[in-house]
Amino acid sequence: MAMQPIIEAHDLRKDFGALKAVDGISFSIMPGEVYGFLGPNGAGKTTTMKMIECVSPRTAGDLTVFGLDVDNNPREIKRWLGVVPQDTNLDSDFSCIQNLITYARYFGIMGEEARRKATDLLDFVQLSEKRDVLIEKLSGGMKRRLILARALVNSPRLLILDEPTIGLDPQARHLMWEKLKALQTAGNTIVLTTHYLEEAERLCDRLVIMDQGKILVEGTPADLVRQHAGAEIVEVDHSPDVVSCLEKMGVRFEVFGDIVQVFSDHPKEVATRLLSTCNPGKVFVRRGSLEDVFLSLTGRALRD
Amino acid sequence: MYFSLSPGERSGIDMIPLPTTSSWKVWRRNADVFFKTYLVNFLPPVIEPVLYLLALGYGLGMFVGEIDGIPYVHYIAPALLAVSMMNSSFFECTYSSFVRMYYQKTFDAMISTPLSIEDVIAGELLWGATRSLIYTSAMLVVLIAFGVISLPSSLLVIPFSFLAGLLFSGIGMCFTAISPGIDTLNYPAYLFITPMLLFSGTFFPLSVLPPVLQTAALAILPLAQAVIIARSMTLATLSPLFIYSMAWIAIATTMFFFLSIHLMKRRLVV
Repeated sequence: MAMQPIIEAHDLRKDFGALKAVDGISFSIMPGEVYGFLGPNGAGKTTTMKMIECVSPRTAGDLTVFGLDVDNNPREIKRWLGVVPQDTNLDSDFSCIQNLITYARYFGIMGEEARRKATDLLDFVQLSEKRDVLIEKLSGGMKRRLILARALVNSPRLLILDEPTIGLDPQARHLMWEKLKALQTAGNTIVLTTHYLEEAERLCDRLVIMDQGKILVEGTPADLVRQHAGAEIVEVDHSPDVVSCLEKMGVRFEVFGDIVQVFSDHPKEVATRLLSTCNPGKVFVRRGSLEDVFLSLTGRALRD
Repeated sequence: MYFSLSPGERSGIDMIPLPTTSSWKVWRRNADVFFKTYLVNFLPPVIEPVLYLLALGYGLGMFVGEIDGIPYVHYIAPALLAVSMMNSSFFECTYSSFVRMYYQKTFDAMISTPLSIEDVIAGELLWGATRSLIYTSAMLVVLIAFGVISLPSSLLVIPFSFLAGLLFSGIGMCFTAISPGIDTLNYPAYLFITPMLLFSGTFFPLSVLPPVLQTAALAILPLAQAVIIARSMTLATLSPLFIYSMAWIAIATTMFFFLSIHLMKRRLVV
């Protein structure tokens, strides 16, 4: 039986005046998938999330969530969404548990049920001890975890995370990943944006890389690395000798400052030839990563 | 929990903002915050009238004596109530709503749930009106204790304070919707609320003003209407303008209710 996609977008567009924030993107996300949107700042990731969340109306194109059109059925869709926004918008007038109970009420979950859910979720994100603490007393990592708990209060069928680990230290980031992994294993459909490439590589089943409102590539992390960076990459110190050597060998390479990266299907041979004939400085052979894909597709210029 | 419209119906009426019964959840959120610190919140409405009654009513009243045959302290008592309706709701839906909208991002969090922006703003307006009712009722107790208002007609002030509160909430929310920052809310606060506080027949009758200003005040100042109605209730004497002011408030309240939701939607849904 063919499964119906959880989200389906076709030629989706969003203009802000003359700016084409999202410029005709198409994708479909299947149940149980963890799907990532990567891209530099201003790529259109957050705008795409806001259209899926039914809070920002599209300019053109088709967008359905759970098979429902986002313009016509925002309440029905939002009923089953869990949203972790990029900005921490917890209710600073309330404690942790009050935040969850108040938020549950917005979904029509009240009384004993709300209290039980809130307690369970605080336990899940390891914040039970902070139950009655005001938001301002929480660390950045705790706030992000509480937002994750808040996003789960309505038992969502789709979880949308916009930069879930932004600004967190490594410990807090790993704990967040652990929680997301647990949700993934439990069969949840998760959409996330990130510009931490390690995060995308760890968590995503499939992902797209966006730039300037367009999708550049889509695929599994492993496929993208293989297709766009090569399984292994040779890095060698930059010198005129090395460059002329590589030109003679006829391999694809790029110069980044004082490093030359060589993309080849036979990295070990390239490295051996470099060492034996070109008198290089240091030569490394390392695994290709999503970061290589990202940089080769979006360039190295700063975005903001 | 809410009235939903079929897609076809919805598209034609996009211009008219339609909040639903879910608004009470937003109202409840604000009420929960208010009652967390209710002692602090109840202090101003109790202390303020005492100060005004002593300073203006009895102090200044010594020199004024009577206005239209009414002791001065009895004359200003309903004005204090009307000013309280205005302040409690207007400032709630300007500075406080602005903080929730802009700094705390509370509205953003709410519209990620089944609540719509219409529900959120309607909930805010209803809460502003409720605040007016709470403060005015507390103040009413003080005024009754001082024996400066008539009973039982003064009890009508309680339901009226909700209506007037809804009006001033709507006006305040319109300013919030168009204010670029929190500082620019000082313009309506000082250039609109403060003059209105003085020139609405509050501490002296409008009849002492030049006729043009009298007419202008009666035509455009919402507080002038609230004072006329509150005074009719606390003195148990119907003003000839009672029906006019009541109609004025009913129409203006409806207008500003929908206008403020519309403006907020324009600001927040991009």
